[in-house]
Amino acid sequence: MPFVSPENFAKQTVASIQGYSILCWRAMANLFSRPIYWADIYTQMDSIGVGSTPIIVLTGFFTGCVLALQSATSLQEFGSVNLTGNLVALSMVKELGPVLTGLMVSGRNSSGMASEIGSMKVTEQIDAMRALGTDPLRKLVTPRLYATVFMLFFLTILSDAFGIAGGALVSVTIMGLNASSYFHNSYRALHYGDVVQGLVKPLFSGFIIATVGCYFGMNTKGGTQGVGKSTTQAVVVSSIFIIIVDLIVTRAMIGIFGR
Amino acid sequence: MPADIVSGNSTQTRQAADSAEPIVVFENVSITFDIKPVLQNISFTVRHGETRIILGPAGGGKSVLMKLANGLIRPDSGTIRIFGQDITHMRESDLFKLRARIGMVFQESALFDSLSVEDNVAYRLHEEHVPEEEAHRRVIEALQFVELEHTINKFPPELSGGMRRRVSIARAIIAKPGLILYDSPTGGLDPITSTTIIDLVIKQRDVTHTTSLVITHRLQDAFLLARNRFNQQTGKIEPIPDGGIDDSTRFLVLNEGKIFFDGTTRELVNTTDPWLKEYLS
Repeated sequence: MPFVSPENFAKQTVASIQGYSILCWRAMANLFSRPIYWADIYTQMDSIGVGSTPIIVLTGFFTGCVLALQSATSLQEFGSVNLTGNLVALSMVKELGPVLTGLMVSGRNSSGMASEIGSMKVTEQIDAMRALGTDPLRKLVTPRLYATVFMLFFLTILSDAFGIAGGALVSVTIMGLNASSYFHNSYRALHYGDVVQGLVKPLFSGFIIATVGCYFGMNTKGGTQGVGKSTTQAVVVSSIFIIIVDLIVTRAMIGIFGR
Repeated sequence: MPADIVSGNSTQTRQAADSAEPIVVFENVSITFDIKPVLQNISFTVRHGETRIILGPAGGGKSVLMKLANGLIRPDSGTIRIFGQDITHMRESDLFKLRARIGMVFQESALFDSLSVEDNVAYRLHEEHVPEEEAHRRVIEALQFVELEHTINKFPPELSGGMRRRVSIARAIIAKPGLILYDSPTGGLDPITSTTIIDLVIKQRDVTHTTSLVITHRLQDAFLLARNRFNQQTGKIEPIPDGGIDDSTRFLVLNEGKIFFDGTTRELVNTTDPWLKEYLS
């Protein structure tokens, strides 16, 4: 494979950032002008939200189980096993729930968007759409963007809830803790800032998943091999972005709420 | 024969007929991909009711020219006017409105896989919020024109290549456009199916007199278009009597991104240019 010259690399990078920024801006702005494809938004909500529910429930539940098991073992050494509920609740709501949900939905939907739109691109369906007088960004990207942001918010709440429930199951059945005490501690551990932090993150993650998936789909070149490449790139880039943005949002929230 | 399709009474067509302005005007159009010039100083016009056949070796820029004509890509230099409007610097939102007057048949059909044949053909009508009953009636008419009304509930993957191409033609003509762009409508098809497709192009040309650009790699398709006509009494395609040639059909030959020939069928067959003679042989 030939090396790309630094000049070309810089130009390509700037062009990609420019293209991504334009896509994001237009996809967001399209919701404030007609036509709005509400049917496509609801279809995407069903596909992204309802379709992702099983993996989110399972991931959240078993993460909560493992978290309770690991933390209870460590807390036992300090005689603080009763604090397992606090630890599970805080970890799930502030960090693991939003990030794991983002990563799971990214793996499932960012790739799906890139491959679906990418296939349409290489078979000239995107051009056909434009030739038929439809803006592909308005028809394909905007519904996916708003559907992902909206549904990821609720999927994260679901993940948090099942994570805490999973922690409860392990704490009660294996560690022998009192269920009422576990839930009481979990509830007391969570402050307003923690919940806000946990619910702000999916808004960013949803935005990243949809825009990155659609961006790579819309820029697919080179037939079926190109579709495969776009799909892989979409998952890798969106996953990395989610973790980087998670760090930035966490720091900002700590700055705002002090915890 | 579907009444609406036959009448070809589109507002656009009438407006175009009233205008002396050519439907398609290319003036010194050039475009380069990466460092490779694909089209260089292309200039030609297409009059109202004319069928312009674009010939040339593969990689000569024919499909690029077609996409330029529909505003799907923009030239690096030069001017393109469609229906008298300069589309070179037109905003995408304005292009969407202009494209309502243009039908396009893509090289590989480009039907939407996830939509049924009915929804594919009615796509533009649904976008324009045409009432469902009227949309259905017009879909039936368009599918009758391409003789595929029985496929209305099928999905594109269930159709053969030739059927997909015919559905694509139905989708292009349903809005009664003033200009139809056929990008290699017979590409990759067997000779019999290719003839069926060309028959439809002839039928569309002779029934509605819609201006069209037709890309083809097959010379026999090009000459079939030039030497045949649609007989509305018999409903069949037949050779023009006495070895006649359709006056509204002209040729454009592209080679290595440049116009090599622009003229009538007679001028083309009587050419003395060695390369063109070899290409036609």
